[in-house]
Amino acid sequence: MIKLYYFAGLREVTGKTEELADLAGQTVGDLSNWITDQYPDMPIESVRIAINEEYALSTDVLQDGDIAAFIPPVSGG
Amino acid sequence: MSVFEIVTEPIIPQAYADYVLRPEAGAVTIFTGHVREWTQGVRTLYLAYEAYVPMAQKKLTEIGREIEQKWEGTRVAIAHRIGELQIGDIAVVIAVSSPHRSDAYKANEYAIERIKEIVPIWKREIWEDGTQWVGDQKKKPGEISHD
Repeated sequence: MIKLYYFAGLREVTGKTEELADLAGQTVGDLSNWITDQYPDMPIESVRIAINEEYALSTDVLQDGDIAAFIPPVSGG
Repeated sequence: MSVFEIVTEPIIPQAYADYVLRPEAGAVTIFTGHVREWTQGVRTLYLAYEAYVPMAQKKLTEIGREIEQKWEGTRVAIAHRIGELQIGDIAVVIAVSSPHRSDAYKANEYAIERIKEIVPIWKREIWEDGTQWVGDQKKKPGEISHD
């Protein structure tokens, strides 16, 4: 299983902070497709995905136990 | 005290200046970013910051390493506060020491630009007439419902 984290405004889209998804062996690109199927309002074009606290490429393959974080545009400072 | 950290308590800039100071340093620049009340005529009551803490600390550390490689002899300390911050509070502090002042200034500005690009921290503005996550530009103050 992959653990998914939602931050900032994305929590209002998903209605939750985190959840599990059965996506081991699939790519980050597949995860993007999965998330927009689940949550059509997800503004995926402006969201970056981090795997295990590192920005990921869409071709990266998910491993069982990975943590995927959906990162909306950052605004620190 | 860690050198690159996300904190929930008020930031004391001197602690970070002390951390980067060393005998080789001829200059220390300290930048503090504060919660601003007025933005383009809209009054902010307070701000709420949220972070993906482990990744944010990792990315702040990465920025420090980038600076120490780009500008030789620099030493960096960065802290960003999360939670509810009031007008005038310090949200971020960046302290850079270097042998000469020019590098300390340049490196300090580089740090804040990089924070705004890669560090997973989000700011929610609480206005008199509503709230909005900054970065989500779909709504503007005055156009949203009260919540």
